[in-house]
Amino acid sequence: MSVAATDKPAVATPIFRARVLPAIILAGFALLPPLAMALDDSFLVFFAIRVMIFAIAAVSLALILGFGAMVSFGHAAYIGLGAYCVGILAEHGIWEFYISLPVTLLVCGLFAAVTGAISLKTRGVYFIMITLAFGQMAFFTATSLSAYGGDDGLTIWGRTEVFGSSVLSDRTTFYYVVFALLAGAWWLCATLVNSRFGRVLQGARQSEMRLQAIGIEPYYYRLVAFVIAGMLAGISGALLANSAEFVSPAYMTWHRSGELIFMVVLGGLGSFAGAVLGATGYLVLEEVLSHITEHWRLIFGPFLILVVLFARGGLMGLIPGGKRHD
Amino acid sequence: MTEPILTLDGLEKNFGALRVTDKVSLDVLPGEIHAIIGPNGAGKTTLIGQISGSLRPDKGRIVFLGTDVTHLPMDKRAKAGLARSFQITTILPEFTARENVALAIQARQGHSFHFLKNVSRDEALNAEAGRYLTDLGLGNRADVHAGALSHGEKRSLEIAIALASEPKLLLLDEPMAGTGREETDRLVDILNRLKGRYAMMLVEHDMSAVFALADRISVLVYGAVVATGTPEEIRNDPKVREAYLGEEAA
Repeated sequence: MSVAATDKPAVATPIFRARVLPAIILAGFALLPPLAMALDDSFLVFFAIRVMIFAIAAVSLALILGFGAMVSFGHAAYIGLGAYCVGILAEHGIWEFYISLPVTLLVCGLFAAVTGAISLKTRGVYFIMITLAFGQMAFFTATSLSAYGGDDGLTIWGRTEVFGSSVLSDRTTFYYVVFALLAGAWWLCATLVNSRFGRVLQGARQSEMRLQAIGIEPYYYRLVAFVIAGMLAGISGALLANSAEFVSPAYMTWHRSGELIFMVVLGGLGSFAGAVLGATGYLVLEEVLSHITEHWRLIFGPFLILVVLFARGGLMGLIPGGKRHD
Repeated sequence: MTEPILTLDGLEKNFGALRVTDKVSLDVLPGEIHAIIGPNGAGKTTLIGQISGSLRPDKGRIVFLGTDVTHLPMDKRAKAGLARSFQITTILPEFTARENVALAIQARQGHSFHFLKNVSRDEALNAEAGRYLTDLGLGNRADVHAGALSHGEKRSLEIAIALASEPKLLLLDEPMAGTGREETDRLVDILNRLKGRYAMMLVEHDMSAVFALADRISVLVYGAVVATGTPEEIRNDPKVREAYLGEEAA
């Protein structure tokens, strides 16, 4: 090996992918509202809010799926739970974020802790199936909540308030709140995977036996990651409820969970920038295709299959800066 | 008498009707290399599995440093000072050699619920990992992905990982498996250097390596210990020659 190769740990992502690309992506989102105003296109802001909300959920899933190899097929349940926390509290006249945010985190954290503690006893396909089952449980529970709209969902007559003020009703303010939460979730997850905790999580993905042989039981570390991911997805759900001013069991169907997995895979496993790009690419494509033809799924479906088959590494694989080593 | 580091007391293990461990009782003394030899299928790896905790014995006791560890899971035994290498190389291929060793040091230092500090910039940790690698002749390969190392280097890395957890006992499951003559000689040198600093249980097929390293040898045939003794005693034991060495010499 050359001297240069020994200077730098090979696992450190090249500077472009670790610093420059995230900065470009975040700058793009930050500059979008003034750009949309110049273009007089208010739909663009509305659409970008939706993209960023799903990007938060995709980033949280990337943490456990990409770095911990936990293929959770029930991740949309947390979006739904977060949304219902906001909706149900509003139904009872509680609009304050300092109540709804902690409640959302608590409910999602608890659901993740209980279902994760059970699911993480299994591996592979069984893990996928059991997380799917828990997700469906949450879905059917939501449809049976007749006091809160049941199947039809629940209209929320307003947005979460901040100390009595309804600043979030302003679209641009709401946009930047979502933006800040996306940046925060991204920073948090990127920090986690580079910590001692993250090293255990990534080590466990490669060989559980090796970790046990040096005295680490990966189970507890996986569970903590699972809970963190659930809470972050809950935040995205709370934002979705605010954005739509509506909550519905449809937020937590299993094909929503599948979409989230696809966003992460489309972007490229093992990268949070990939998860954000994947969420963006997925929603943009869905939007564009659905305008071209009513039968857009006939194009979308095969496209997804082609990406999985031929673009291994996803969108991040197309970006310079070296492939991740796997 | 010095207290043994490890004592196996009447271990039994069956896979269905097949008895793979048959009333095995033996011990490893401080600083000693106790080698386990035996023909293929004698149950050597199964025995290592029971000692390290990846398999549960049906009967018998395993006492490590005076404590009964028979029912402890693998990670708890490792924490107590029992490190192992695997017959089939078990490293973290996407991590660098340094990161592999650093993770073992990190595990020894306590729990890993540290969420914020970037571990790859932990200079003390990286330097310590580097020392273990240098010790095993991997100093200039520290920042290569473990998956890209040669087979022999991977075997050395496994030993470096095991040493990084500062074990009281090293369980080495065929550390020379699949290595060439030169690599084997290098590993024998390394283990000879470590001899006395660590108690070791060595399972190995390479007879010249075993006779060069071991203080005592136990011969396992069909799951049972047929003889235990110094290399000299084992070499001259007629039962052993019949059961095992004869086959090797042929």
